[in-house]
Parts: sequence; C-alpha cells; structure tokens
Amino acid sequence: MAQVRLLVGTRKGAFLLTSDGTRRDWKVDGPHFAGWEIMHVQGSSADSDRLYASQWTDWFGQLVQRSDDGGRSWEAVGNEFRYDGVPGTHQWYDGTPHPWEFKRVWRLAPHPGERDTVYAGVEDAALFRSMDGGVGWTELSGLRTHSTGSTWAPGAGGLCLHTILMDPANPLRMYVAISAAGAFRSDDGGERWEVATGGLRSDFLPDPDARVGHCVHKVAMHPSRPDTLFMQKHWHVCRSDDAGAHWTKVSGNLPSDFGFPIAVHAHEPETVYVVPILSDSVHYPPEGRLRVYRSRSGGNEWEPLTRGLPQQDCYVNILRDAMAVDSLERCGVYFGTTGGQVYASADEGDSWTAVAEHLPPVLSLEAQTLP
Amino acid sequence: MIRVELPTHLRNLAGVSGPVRVEVTGPATLVSVLEALEEAHPVLRGTIRPHDGEGRRPLLRFYAGRRDLSHETLDHPLPAEVVSGGEPLLVVGAIAGG
Repeated sequence: MAQVRLLVGTRKGAFLLTSDGTRRDWKVDGPHFAGWEIMHVQGSSADSDRLYASQWTDWFGQLVQRSDDGGRSWEAVGNEFRYDGVPGTHQWYDGTPHPWEFKRVWRLAPHPGERDTVYAGVEDAALFRSMDGGVGWTELSGLRTHSTGSTWAPGAGGLCLHTILMDPANPLRMYVAISAAGAFRSDDGGERWEVATGGLRSDFLPDPDARVGHCVHKVAMHPSRPDTLFMQKHWHVCRSDDAGAHWTKVSGNLPSDFGFPIAVHAHEPETVYVVPILSDSVHYPPEGRLRVYRSRSGGNEWEPLTRGLPQQDCYVNILRDAMAVDSLERCGVYFGTTGGQVYASADEGDSWTAVAEHLPPVLSLEAQTLP
Repeated sequence: MIRVELPTHLRNLAGVSGPVRVEVTGPATLVSVLEALEEAHPVLRGTIRPHDGEGRRPLLRFYAGRRDLSHETLDHPLPAEVVSGGEPLLVVGAIAGG
C-alpha cells in the first residue's frame, strides 16, 4: 500500500511524519537536528529516499544536510554559497543601498529528473545550483544581476527567494519568486530572467503597478498546466494563464486575501487552496477561526473548509512554505502552523485531523507520496 | 595539545562529546587552532568563521584564560595556559533566548 511521508521543518528541528495510504494513523519521527531552524526539507522525485534539509541558526550559519535513506541518516554536504563576482547592493527597508549578504537557504528544489541536481533559493535573494548532490554550489547569477536587482528590497522575513518551480513540459523553463521583489521566469535553464509580474498591483509601492517590488508570498503550479500559475501575494490571490506575463486577481469571496501559502490539488488543476490571514499587521486568521479555503474553479469562488479545524480562539499563522498536497487517488492536503500543529486532510480538504499538535513552530511542510 | 570547548550544537555537529584536542604547527593563534579544528572536523567549516576565513561569525565569542579574545585579530597569539593545554579555548555562542 502507498505511504505518505511529511517533511516538516520547524524552528527547533525537522520531523518526518509517516502514514499508510489511509492517512489515519501517523508516526512522528524526530527531532532531527534538534535545536536548529530547519527552513525546508524536500525529497527528490527522481529518488524518493533522497532528502535535502536546510539547517540554519543565526549563531552557526547555514548547513545543508542530505539523506539517501529516507531520513534515517543524514550527511552534511556543501554549505558555501558564494555570490558570483562582486555582489553590490540591493535596497534596504528604507530604500537605502544595502550590501548583498548571504544569510540562509529558504528553499531546496531537487531537479525532477536529474538525481544529483538541486537548486537552492537563498536570502539575500539569489538562486544557486548544485550538480553533485549538494556538495558544491554555483550561483545562477543572471537572476540577481537582473537590471532591477539593485532595487529589490526585503519583506519582513528578509529578501528571500522562496519559490522555485520547474516546468515539467519544458526543461528550460523555471520560475522563482522573491519577497519583496516579485516573480521571475527563465526560458534558458536559469541563465537569464525576465520579470513575470504583469497586472500585479501593490498599494504599498509608490507606483502600485511597478514591475518589481511586489511582495509575492508563494506561487504554485499544477504540473499538467505549467503555464497556469496561482499566487498568494501579500494582499491578493492571483492567477496567470500565460506563464506569468499577466496576472488577474481571483480573491473573489475570500474573507481576507492576505495569506502566505497556496497549493493546487494533485489531480484537479483548477482546485486551489489558501489559508486567509486577517491582515499584514496581525498575522492570524480572521475571527480566530482557522479556515482553509478551496476554490474548484481556479479562484473567485471559494468555500471555507472547517471540519476538524479550530473555530474559536485560534491565533496561529501558516507560513508560506507550510502547505502541501500528496498525490494519492483522493488528494491529501496538509499544513503546519506557527503553533506547532500539523493538520492533515485525506479527503481533499473536506475534513481535517491534527496529526501532530505540539511541535515547535512549523516553518515548512512537504508531502511525499511513496509507493 | 590545545583543548577547544565547543557549544552544544557544534559538538553535536562534529560528533564529539567533550573538548576537541587539536595540535597546531607553528605559532598557536586563533586562526591556527580554527584551521586545525576544521581540518579534523570539516563539517565545522563555515560555522565558526566565514568560508573566506575572515573574522568570526557575529554571534560567536572566543574566551580563554578568563579573557575575551573575540576582538583580537585571528593571528593573535593564544595565552600560554591555552597553548600548554592547561586551559581550554572556549568557543561560545552569544547568550540569547529562543
């Protein structure tokens, strides 16, 4: 019977949660790397036992860990992320120039077909690639040296590259998203990049329709429709049907269109999940009610999913990397909270169960579907 | 042999349970000890000082013989009691909650 493995990064270590295909009973394994912030754990689709973890603290800096046995054992691989050339400056919060400085890895994205190739999205925003299983890292500097790069400014979490998407139909096409610069697309495997923010509007910018400066929180794609992208922005849920060239707001009847994660159903490319958060100033759910919202029409029409979720006195947040789906026949949906809960739905979001309740604050969550 | 006391997280990372003993050739300085430490435990590269070898990570301190060596240059000679092995070189994480 198929299995599901959740890869959970928390503020104090990594946890692996496993269940069989029923997704009723879960085994919690961890903490791995106890006491360290685990920004992200991700498995390779080319080899599901190969996992990568981004391990970090302010004290000791960045490490990248790799497992080749599904998380039973780990090996520290390369942790040198050196910007290409003289990095120059980006903008600081107040608009003044600030030196580009590597801080940490937000996102690890194994190549879907090449076992030893893995990408890293880092803060301050840049994209790195390793072609030897994470041992050596080289910057794809065409992104950071984009003509707009010196104008990028950080969001509250830092100037982080948090989204890396690869087009399964076109191995040369990639997308990245950076808070608070925007979304970018490459059509040559990551060497050159163009801004992919047409139609986005952000009222906190001096020019709300500017090409860059948008605080993109997360972008998601269904592999069968790689030109269609869904975005949770600082405010607004948006979609693009032309590979990011133009975006349309699809917030519709959401109680708030501020939020962090966004996910697409594994088998229904027009079914999308978000978790509305009241506002950028409070970062908790509206009315103290934790509700996932699902649209089966690609946006605009949203239904609240509440069964099994706390509907009073709930003031957690769900961070941008903390939501994922599995690919079992009935799609499972999962998310983690800053209160340390991991919620699982084995029925596409209709009902939810807390499968872990007292973890450290959850920074990231990925779901692996194992044979 | 020079004894180096590491913070818990770095001990775990290096897979050691107590002080690390390193031997240095030439003058015993912070940098020669760090080089010997990283040679013996490559996983520590980048965790105490940047990969380019310049300075130390900002939230780490170096103490030895009841003195704070954090603001000395890395080629500063270590105190005699550290060189003799009588006192350890302490690598200390700056105190902060969380």
